[in-house]
Amino acid sequence: MPLLQIRALTHLFGGLRAVYDFNLDLEEGELVGLIGPNGAGKTTIFNLVTGAYKPTEGQVQLNGDDLVGLRPHQITARGIARTFQTIRLWNKLTVLDNICIARASRIRYSLPDSILHGRRYREEERQIKDQAIELLAVFGLEQQTQELATNLPYGAQRRVEIARALATEPRVLLLDEPAAGMNPGEIEELLALIQQIRQDFGLTIWIIEHQMRVIMNICERIKVIDFGETIAEGTPIEIQNNPKVIEAYLGEEAF
Amino acid sequence: MRKEKTKTMRKFYLPLAVLLLFVVIIGGSWLRILNEYWQLVLLFMGINIILTVSLNLINGYMGEFSCGHAGFMAVGAYVTGILTVWLFAEDKVFGPPVLPAAWAIPLFPVALIAGAVAASLVGLLVAIPSFRTRGDYLAIITLAVNYIVKSAIENMEVIGGPRGFVGMKRVMNNMADVLDVPWLLIWTFIGIIVTILIIRNFTSSTLGKGVEAIREDEIAAELMSVNTRRVKVIAFMLSCGLAGLAGGLFAHWPGGYVNPGTFTILKSTEVMVMVYLGGMGSISGSIISAVGFTLLLELLRPLGVFKWVVIPLLLVVMMLLRPTGILGNRELTDVFPRLRAIFGSEEESYAPASD
Repeated sequence: MPLLQIRALTHLFGGLRAVYDFNLDLEEGELVGLIGPNGAGKTTIFNLVTGAYKPTEGQVQLNGDDLVGLRPHQITARGIARTFQTIRLWNKLTVLDNICIARASRIRYSLPDSILHGRRYREEERQIKDQAIELLAVFGLEQQTQELATNLPYGAQRRVEIARALATEPRVLLLDEPAAGMNPGEIEELLALIQQIRQDFGLTIWIIEHQMRVIMNICERIKVIDFGETIAEGTPIEIQNNPKVIEAYLGEEAF
Repeated sequence: MRKEKTKTMRKFYLPLAVLLLFVVIIGGSWLRILNEYWQLVLLFMGINIILTVSLNLINGYMGEFSCGHAGFMAVGAYVTGILTVWLFAEDKVFGPPVLPAAWAIPLFPVALIAGAVAASLVGLLVAIPSFRTRGDYLAIITLAVNYIVKSAIENMEVIGGPRGFVGMKRVMNNMADVLDVPWLLIWTFIGIIVTILIIRNFTSSTLGKGVEAIREDEIAAELMSVNTRRVKVIAFMLSCGLAGLAGGLFAHWPGGYVNPGTFTILKSTEVMVMVYLGGMGSISGSIISAVGFTLLLELLRPLGVFKWVVIPLLLVVMMLLRPTGILGNRELTDVFPRLRAIFGSEEESYAPASD
């Protein structure tokens, strides 16, 4: 059984068909790309899967559990985490807090514990902080834990966002244009980082990206959508040679 | 060795300072060194601290705009006042006291808690629309709640309607007859400490930091595993409950009455002014501004009505000079690191576990 199964996902914004009959089977450990021209509905699909929007029709299942109708934090707790196209860190909070808060759904202490600060609370908080610092070290951010998120350079903010997503302990990681605004050097680092966390955390990754060198380099399978509909699916080589894709999307870049 | 010792000693500096303040204020009032006027000022100061620190949770930490805090204060004031009068005092409406007057001493805090719980339940009224609305619209809703509470009280003849509710003075006198100590100041002092501890501890926990995540980016908070509805309900209920506690204390002020006219939008505005003056998201800022604002009101009393010309003017100047309030969103210990060295607890100065 696939880890993430999406069936006939459809979303209408009033009369606008943003996503139509989208299907996907994401097997455990896969790295799959989602591409398409601007406004094709890629981010909308992520929003539907993570519960930010409620689909008009269709099914999303993680490991056999139905996700449609759950609230976003419940879906995150079940194992889907994401990053955002434009960075959405909690700017006026420290990097450390940004990571710790993402563990909210793993907190076992109760509300009275959070006010009385008993032994159990202190142990768990220390554990949360230690884990967060460990995670930040993986991203080379251990020196910046007490820095406000807004004060970090752009590339570091991108990394904090990925670290924050990992702090939720996901099984599936959705990356929404992680390379946006990065220079070629930073992109190389990002690719290495994605490969590394995929190995270390046993992740299944689903990535939206405009930069062809990212998508063609790391994805095993690519899905192409245009105007909310799937127009092609296959390996990077197949996609590059698919006339429909070239017409809809790559054509502009190829010539 | 020695360093360890000073570190454990330090843990007691802040509680000791608080204890000293308690002894000075309560002792001074008990020995009548502080006259009745100053006792009253201290009482209002304390009540304002509780109101300001509690409202800061919503308007400062969470970044919402609740402007009906006086409504929740009213609920606490009436529920606590009615309870103590019904239980411990002779009253026209409620008849003879249900319990012997001496029981008022141990049961007074129970009545305060009952008022706080009632106010926090009304706080749910605000929490629920806050799931869907933010900013201006939520401000209008909280304003409406303030009016609803006030009008509801005005239309309940049993508890005095617009004329107000009396009888709390008899309760306080009964307590003083058993043991003559400044009971109300004692409970206000304890109320302040409880309020500060609740807000400080909650906002420093990972669960409570969800409140700040909501302020910074609510959608990201919900998507990154913060149960925003639960956090909002908790924050509103805590904040409104503590406003109810302040109300319960206020109901027993030496004047001996409460009337709905006290809990208008003006009172709510006053609390908001103290929050913004002290700095959003700063507990020490709230305390400083509540103390300062209460004193300012008293200092300018000779000016009569002109007080309300001078105070807003001072506020305008203040906001021009320091738009983020006295302390911004920092605490006193951030501004004066030396204070942290003296009073700082281990929790705040977190360092990653080495070796």
